[in-house]
Amino acid sequence: MTTSTDIRTQPAWRYLLDIRLRLWRRNLADFWAELRKHPVALIAGVVILIYILAALFAPQITAHDPERGSLRQRLIPPAWEEGGSWTYPLGTDGQGRDIYTRILFGARVSLAVGLLSVGISVIIGLALGAAAGYYRGRLDSILSRFADLLMAFPFLIFAIGVMAFMGPGFTNLILALTFKGWVEFFRLARGEVMAEKTREYVEAARVSGQSHTRIMLSEITPNIMQSIFVLATLRMGFMIVTEASLSFLGLGIQPPTPAWGSMVADGRNTLLNAWWVSTIPGLAIVFLVLAINLFGEGLRDILDPRLKIE
Amino acid sequence: MRLVKVIERLLAAIPIMLGVAVIVFVFMRMTPGDPVDIMMGQGGTVSEGEVERLRSEFNLDKPIHVQLGLFLSDLARGDLGNSFTKQQPVASLIGERLPATIELAFGSLFIGLLIAFPIGILSAVKQNSLLDRLSMGAAFLGISMPSFWLGIILILIFSVKLHWLPVQGRIDYDAGLQTVTGLYMLDSILTGNGPALISSLKHLILPSIALGSAVAAIVARVLRSSLLEILRSDYVKLARAKGAGETTVVMKHAVRNALIPTVTVVGLQVGVLLGGNMIVETVFSWPGLGRLVVEAIFNRDFPLVQGAVMVYAFIFVAANLVVDVLYTYLNPKIEM
Amino acid sequence: MNDTHAPLLELRNLTTMFPTRRGEVRAVEAVNLTLRKGQILGLVGESGCGKSTVLLSILGLIAKPGRVDKGQVLLEGRDITHLSGGEMRRIRGREIAMIFQDPLSTLNPAFHVGEQIRESLRLHHMMLGPPWPLDRAKKAREKKRVIEVMQEVGIPAPEARYKAYPHQFSGGMQQRALIAIGLACQPKVLLADEPTTALDVTIQAQIVALMRRINQEHHTAIILVTHDLGLAAEFCDHIAVMYAGRIVEIGPTDQVIEEPRHPYTAGLLRCIPHVGERRAIEPIPGNVPDLADLPPGCAFSLRCDSARPVCNEGFFRLQPASADAVKRGEGGHWARCLRLTDYQMPALED
Repeated sequence: MTTSTDIRTQPAWRYLLDIRLRLWRRNLADFWAELRKHPVALIAGVVILIYILAALFAPQITAHDPERGSLRQRLIPPAWEEGGSWTYPLGTDGQGRDIYTRILFGARVSLAVGLLSVGISVIIGLALGAAAGYYRGRLDSILSRFADLLMAFPFLIFAIGVMAFMGPGFTNLILALTFKGWVEFFRLARGEVMAEKTREYVEAARVSGQSHTRIMLSEITPNIMQSIFVLATLRMGFMIVTEASLSFLGLGIQPPTPAWGSMVADGRNTLLNAWWVSTIPGLAIVFLVLAINLFGEGLRDILDPRLKIE
Repeated sequence: MRLVKVIERLLAAIPIMLGVAVIVFVFMRMTPGDPVDIMMGQGGTVSEGEVERLRSEFNLDKPIHVQLGLFLSDLARGDLGNSFTKQQPVASLIGERLPATIELAFGSLFIGLLIAFPIGILSAVKQNSLLDRLSMGAAFLGISMPSFWLGIILILIFSVKLHWLPVQGRIDYDAGLQTVTGLYMLDSILTGNGPALISSLKHLILPSIALGSAVAAIVARVLRSSLLEILRSDYVKLARAKGAGETTVVMKHAVRNALIPTVTVVGLQVGVLLGGNMIVETVFSWPGLGRLVVEAIFNRDFPLVQGAVMVYAFIFVAANLVVDVLYTYLNPKIEM
Repeated sequence: MNDTHAPLLELRNLTTMFPTRRGEVRAVEAVNLTLRKGQILGLVGESGCGKSTVLLSILGLIAKPGRVDKGQVLLEGRDITHLSGGEMRRIRGREIAMIFQDPLSTLNPAFHVGEQIRESLRLHHMMLGPPWPLDRAKKAREKKRVIEVMQEVGIPAPEARYKAYPHQFSGGMQQRALIAIGLACQPKVLLADEPTTALDVTIQAQIVALMRRINQEHHTAIILVTHDLGLAAEFCDHIAVMYAGRIVEIGPTDQVIEEPRHPYTAGLLRCIPHVGERRAIEPIPGNVPDLADLPPGCAFSLRCDSARPVCNEGFFRLQPASADAVKRGEGGHWARCLRLTDYQMPALED
């Protein structure tokens, strides 16, 4: 028996923190045990992890420059094709840049866009949704109307419109994706908070004299985080595809920074004589998005079987 | 009584359309620099007096709420302003391109549903069979695949390698089609032009698959999951107890009810079709609204972009209106 | 009792299995029943005792991976257990019809009530005539018959209600419509699975009266599955009490009710409240046992107040429960309890 859990020898906050950590660790262990029963989700998780590592250590993994190539090395086919070499395992593009290197660096863009756009959407959506669902009234009706209005725009159209007016670039890309991205989290959080609010434990917290904000942060939010987390994972794949689509149209990440979408677009000019320039970066998108979606689906089975997202 | 419901829905769509217009207006005003600055940046030499004239033409010299009012009243009259680059009314530019986009949208919806229905039904009936697993795997792939990549793969296989289908465009130059409605397949039939029909059909297939596959994947999944639930229901049990064969049980009793949730999802997919439309039109050089917008964005032709975004949103709202109405027909529980 | 008729429906040693994670479960085990023309048989027991499974087994509608494992179902002497899909479909709804418990969820929400009744006629080609699309006259005749049946089951203004949807009907009206679907082809046997459970008490009485009238006018034999022994006592000629997949007591209604020979039947009887009587209801202690984990011997022994150690030994057959049981055979009063071995009579079962 360690003394760290003994409230008599520890300040109260340390004691509470310790309990929290233990709970968290136990949940994590439970989650791990569940995940092992979903082999597909587990494999998908590993694939995602590989992508993350590749993005983080891209400069260490490859020796080539992602943005500059040599024109003498133009359109070299992948290593397994005739004329290919292991110096450029996936071949080179029309400017003689190593496609493998560009895919590794492109993973940075895709993952960063996915994480940031979903992360910001979650924060905004959760805050506004929880507030609307908890306090209802005018705040709720204004926010809900606004959300309905945004839903009248197809997602990609909205993002394209925003990018058109604000111009391309990483920050604008994140803004374009979150402008509408928060709405789904808003709706989910609002609905869940409205349902949770009627539950007994919230009533109990009210009776014991806790403030609204405190109840929302300490009682309700932890209980809806699972649904939010599942939705966030599934939206991540969608955001990555949307970013790739924008970059494909030339509205997202600007050259020479490598982004998968713009790499596919570049390769269209040489489609007839160099198929790999376009298709291989696309494959990188497909694998990542597929892994994220499969992982999200598994998460849903484990964490929140009743949640249905189409 | 149903008509009342339909009219009610129609009226409810008006504030949404209005809101859409306001949001677009706000975005346009949020952009750094006003349209005239942008035009000057492009046009090069413009005199001071010209600038003033342009400013009053675009009503930029008036207070913002007046500008909004004028914008909305123009909109109500179907006036979307003039294109910067093409010196034509935006409305007529969009009108010219719309038939191509509509043809593609219908083509992909048709292909999407054509794939989704048999697959969704069969995999529900044969749950956990090899067919079910394979098609649900394929559906997952369909959801995860960006349409531009699929389009390129289709071109590589069917155009470049096999030479079965054309790479781009809507119709061969020498088809000699007389346009009536702008929907080439319909026009070919109306004018009795066989070769043009075949040519336009050939051009339509690949873009429709590229755009429709995501729809197929999502609709198949929804259809399957709602069918699985329905096949366990009491009324399916009764249909069997009546002596109905499996085909009648599934195709009549179950599918009819599974259509209700499916239609809702198809309505949402119209949004995906419209968004993906820009991408696929770019990949296949399809001369529709999507390409017009993408070109306009690069030419910084804001009135055109703004008009097109609004048209897209309106089509989306209208499509969901149609779905709502269809829903009231499919679901008798919605009291008239 | 009229024993001169040949049996209309006979279950011989019927056993239905469901594979579960904890091994195969016999939801229905070695059930023998005989139903004669015009007879009303009550199948009584708590929920989960296998009553409804018996009905679904008769119609060959056990959902996979469940299956009828052993035994036979004989319809007018013909074994219908192993018929092909098509042959079985000609029997369902035509010869043997079924009424389900929850009328709202059993009627298809997407079709007019009248059309759902007409479907029975169409499926069994009750009206002769050319096929679609030349079937106008046939359709009219079918509609006429539907309205006739709707009238018969007491749906007022049937012409107007033909084109109503199920949710526009009241609960009692829905159950009447369901009965109309069952009756449309004038079946010989009606299987009624808790037809009144979901209804209000007054409506229950109307539905029971309706079924009695159908029984008297058309001599339709009925198997009524219910958990309500009181209802069975009032409505049925014969009662079979089921427990954990087996018949524990069977006999003519008066004998079963007045002289219950199985402690479970006696327990069920003590659970029936009587109006105007201030007698305490005595619930049977405990719950229905887990079918995957039955005690050896008598399945009821766990809840039986007169159980002895010997009750958990060996296998119990149905024993004669009255003096004339053996003479009357399946029409007699039988029970599956050790306390009856005093009679020292040969058992009916194999």
